Amino acid sequence: MIHLAKREKMNPLAAWGIRLAAFVLGLIVCGLLAFLMVEKLQKEPGKILDFYKCFIDGISSQNAKSFFENRKLWVFMKNTAVLLCIALALTPAFRMRFWNIGGEGQTLVGVLAAIAVSLYLGGRKGEESLLPEWALVILMFFAAVIAGAVWGVIPALFKAKWNTNETLFTLMMNYIATFLVSYFLIIWVPSGSSALGKLPYGSLPNIMIYPEKASAPSNKYLLIILISLVLAVGLYIYMKYSKHGYEISVVGESERTARYVGIKVKTVTIRTMILSGALCGLTGFLIAAGLDNSVTTESVGGQGFTAIMVSWLANFNPLLMILTSGIIIFLNQGADQISTTLSVSGAFPNVVIGVMLFFIIGCEFFINYKICRSRDERKEAVR
Amino acid sequence: METERIPSLEMRGITKRFGEVVANRNVNLKVYPGEVLAILGENGCGKTTLMNMASGIYFPDEGQVFVNGREAVIRSPKDAYDLKIGMIHQHFKLVDLFTAAENIDLGIRGSNLKDVNARVREIADKYGFVIDPEKKIYEMSVSEKQTVEIIKVLYRGADILILDEPTAVLTLQEIRKLFSVLRSMVQDGKSVIIITHKLNEVLEVSDRVAIMRKGEHIATVDTCDTNESQLTEMMVGKKVALNIERSEPLDPSPRLEVRHLNARDKEGLPVLKDVSFTVNGGEILGIAGIAGSGQKELLEAIAGLQPLDSGEIIFHNPKKDKPVTYFHKSQRRVRELAKQGAFHYTDGRPVDVKTMTRRQVTAGEVLFNEDEIMNLRDKTPLQIRQLGVRLSFVPEDRLGMGLVGNMGITDNMMLRSYRKGHAGMLNRKKPAELAKQIIQELEVVTPGISTPVRRLSGGNVQKVLVGREISSAPKVLMAAYPVRGLDINSSYTIYNLLNRQKKSGTAVIYVGEDLDVLMELCDRILVMNSGAVTGIADGRTVEKEELGYLMTKTHHAGGEEAEQE
Repeated sequence: MIHLAKREKMNPLAAWGIRLAAFVLGLIVCGLLAFLMVEKLQKEPGKILDFYKCFIDGISSQNAKSFFENRKLWVFMKNTAVLLCIALALTPAFRMRFWNIGGEGQTLVGVLAAIAVSLYLGGRKGEESLLPEWALVILMFFAAVIAGAVWGVIPALFKAKWNTNETLFTLMMNYIATFLVSYFLIIWVPSGSSALGKLPYGSLPNIMIYPEKASAPSNKYLLIILISLVLAVGLYIYMKYSKHGYEISVVGESERTARYVGIKVKTVTIRTMILSGALCGLTGFLIAAGLDNSVTTESVGGQGFTAIMVSWLANFNPLLMILTSGIIIFLNQGADQISTTLSVSGAFPNVVIGVMLFFIIGCEFFINYKICRSRDERKEAVR
Repeated sequence: METERIPSLEMRGITKRFGEVVANRNVNLKVYPGEVLAILGENGCGKTTLMNMASGIYFPDEGQVFVNGREAVIRSPKDAYDLKIGMIHQHFKLVDLFTAAENIDLGIRGSNLKDVNARVREIADKYGFVIDPEKKIYEMSVSEKQTVEIIKVLYRGADILILDEPTAVLTLQEIRKLFSVLRSMVQDGKSVIIITHKLNEVLEVSDRVAIMRKGEHIATVDTCDTNESQLTEMMVGKKVALNIERSEPLDPSPRLEVRHLNARDKEGLPVLKDVSFTVNGGEILGIAGIAGSGQKELLEAIAGLQPLDSGEIIFHNPKKDKPVTYFHKSQRRVRELAKQGAFHYTDGRPVDVKTMTRRQVTAGEVLFNEDEIMNLRDKTPLQIRQLGVRLSFVPEDRLGMGLVGNMGITDNMMLRSYRKGHAGMLNRKKPAELAKQIIQELEVVTPGISTPVRRLSGGNVQKVLVGREISSAPKVLMAAYPVRGLDINSSYTIYNLLNRQKKSGTAVIYVGEDLDVLMELCDRILVMNSGAVTGIADGRTVEKEELGYLMTKTHHAGGEEAEQE
């Protein structure tokens, strides 16, 4: 008989070995699938290297003259940064075992609030802005952060007061956020497509040091990338070295212990969700002011959910999230590249992503559990 | 005559081990059709384990089980049902949203619900249960839920019913009702086994009593031939000498007064009933009692974790002739106390605080006249700390309450003290020093100070917890089952630590289950039963039987018993 047993703890080096092996194995399986599913490869099996090269091409422009002009690389870093920000935002809540799966909605209301400020205080194309650009950006920042915090704190208040289920609650808040955006789009754009279009004022690149180079990817994205990295380090310090972070860990590990040492569980829950929501709102601000200058129901595009995986994969360690968010974006862009280079249907890239994630997530099982035969178990018992 | 009858269930030479712990050793037991057999014993004596083997939850390591004279192999609850053995567990296993009938039918291929309702009514009428088969479980009282569990077992055709502590959650009237249905079932030729530790119930309902002690079967006697004191004696056994150090209390003065505490649990059932006692500084007060008699709730009430219906918890802060300290932060509070004449100078002159600055007051010149008296009722653990009351509590659930299993020793040391310092950041320097000190002094075996404590052995976990709790030089130290699951050496380390606290003037409250330990360690022993104090005895002179009697006595005789000692 074969059965599973929980491992005590694996040597970290061995664990990383397993993860690397899983990644490579995933790539091999993807290659085999490519033979089965891609016509081009069936005709010319030698082109399999092209398949793998797509992953590199996905994140790096072939004809870039320098690092600063490598557009794809900057897009890769930008996308990673946005995903990282949301994942970081969710992390304090997750550490508290408060399953905040409302990152999507909390970010989206952040975008909405920032754009509302830009629209009402700045104006549309052809209109004169009421405020100087820097003041507008600051106001957008606060609007987004507050909106996100409110969206985050509502489920926390209900949880503290009536012990509602936070998973369902935060999930439902996502839909409310989406419909809120639809509603405002109808108000703002009463006729036609309901697409707001790019707003001219309240743009982060506008207030950067070299406004004349505002469109260069390196300049446009640098601030967002730096903010996400600062946030990662900051949150790491907050979680590990601050009293708040300590309280979050204690509450997450055992509410009874928290009560026993006099930590107010409700206060910590509410405070942490304000932080979590506010960081999502901050990400919303970065999307609104730094990238899109507009809002649609797809402004966050499901990254609020992907971020959950990023945070889990990194075992809630903010610094590791830089790596895990990078891997996810790497796979996404690689898959996009596959569909252009090999001209295959839209489904195959998704298959590749799915297979890779299956291996990456699946290998955690072998890190946490071991498979043993029943006979071994007796030996264990004797020991 | 007994030789003619075939026992409906017989267990012969049953032994069950869990790792190194022997839960049952060579137990023999017989139950005949048409009788109630009570299994009597203290906590952890293996009653439930034994019955779990009859109902297929565990499988014995050694020994045989016979059902109606034929050897049976019971590997699962389903096997037990096939042999017509049914067990009603202490914790009910019912689906809240289903009706009684749906729960009863659950797991045996769905029959027509109407038929089930009819059959349930039929069974209820036959034995005198009162039940509405269409009522949902969440609308039911505890006793109704128990009725559902019993009918569930009968519905499946059980002839041998095992009830694990069935009266623990019932009121007196409900117990009467339960006993009357048990009797009608017995008249119908069924066998009933009832696990209990309540003597009066044993005498009231059973035909025979099997007494167990520390995993062994001591004797089986006919109920009509025995009495309470004989049963108690068999249950607790003879005194065993342990040679635990016990010094005379030094200068005992009241430290903590508990007056008329009443409290309820989440279901609204009373868990503390008019509990009053005083514990002195410099003594160890033992608390004895069957598990679940309110010991946990009592300690949690003192620690500020259990809401109270009524009562007072008065703490005497030993401040006499001690300087006013930084704990008395508010100047107003100090002035109030001064007005009441609470302070004097080192040379005995009374203090006029009006002319003094705060700094002068707290400089050490101003002393208290008397001990400071505080009421801790309705204070949270944090408020208690902020009042300057050094109250330490070693809870029963070490890793679920006292410590955080996934954190290292250093971070667990901080649990009590992390708020110190004004900045928002943690200072791990002192906790790390404390961790190292505790590891060294208490000989904690651990790979390092950052190893998660859940990976340490039980004894080491307990040393870490006790070490932290005594590191703050407590005025009151409460410890619930601090040696449970510990080996002999670790146990003695804990006894020594408690004794050291006692000698330094701390009031120690020790909740224990081993009477021999209580009788050698404690100066006085308070006995609880179902939430009430049944007596306070002198630890040096009390007889073991007396403790056993107090532990099982149901109706407590008010305060008289307590005054006698």
